[in-house]
Amino acid sequence: MTDTLLWYSTRGAGAVSMILLSAVVVLGVLSTMRVQSAAWPRFLTTGLHRNLALLTLVFLALHIVTAVVDPFTHLGWLAAVVPFSSYYRTFWLGLGTIAFELLAAIVVTSLLRGVIGQAAWRIVHWLAYASWPVAVIHGFGTGTDVLSAWFMVLAIVCVFAVALAIIIRLMQPPADPLASARNEFRVGVSRKSNP
Amino acid sequence: MREGLHLSIDRIKCDGHGLCAELLPELIRLDDWGYPIIAPGPVPDHLLPLAQRAVATCPVLALALRRTAASK
Repeated sequence: MTDTLLWYSTRGAGAVSMILLSAVVVLGVLSTMRVQSAAWPRFLTTGLHRNLALLTLVFLALHIVTAVVDPFTHLGWLAAVVPFSSYYRTFWLGLGTIAFELLAAIVVTSLLRGVIGQAAWRIVHWLAYASWPVAVIHGFGTGTDVLSAWFMVLAIVCVFAVALAIIIRLMQPPADPLASARNEFRVGVSRKSNP
Repeated sequence: MREGLHLSIDRIKCDGHGLCAELLPELIRLDDWGYPIIAPGPVPDHLLPLAQRAVATCPVLALALRRTAASK
């Protein structure tokens, strides 16, 4: 009874994590595009982005803890920390570990953004574009529910939403109205300081 | 100079996201290009929580609360 409960928790929390993480990525892209309307102020995008990211961590913790504690696979805690150290489905579980650690790095640097500075924070935050696909591939590779219709529909919706957001972002010109003037100024300043 | 915390904006960092003006319209409005104009003087006590939230929400860390006003 406890075993099946743990196993169902792992699968459910994994699926919820995938949905939440996809929503976080989409919201992150939307915030750089400065989406806004009368009913949707811009702080809503960044606020939801941050809070859903923290909520994702909660479900990921549930996903990982229930998987490790589950006596059927007896994965051990090392597999949750060191990628590709699990005897069980080594490659697919390793991808999950990597995705989780990338996400942990993004969240920790975001919480310490004021300390480490904007430039370092931004570099680490680009890892989001690595973490999300690795997490989704982990789900496709080892997910117990991959062949069930409900999971397929969810996964396709998630992948489609993120892909669409990224395509729209790539096609969108910079939203900063002074972007070109600002760049000229920065180039001018660096030329002056490095003769 | 009156005592208290002042909002200061780093004009080089600011990219005109406009979140600060949404969160603290009492003290911050946007110019025609979307860049913030900050009301002079210290932040009143009852607006401090909102000011702190605006500072924390700035996507490029261009907004700060300082003990003394930024020199113009």
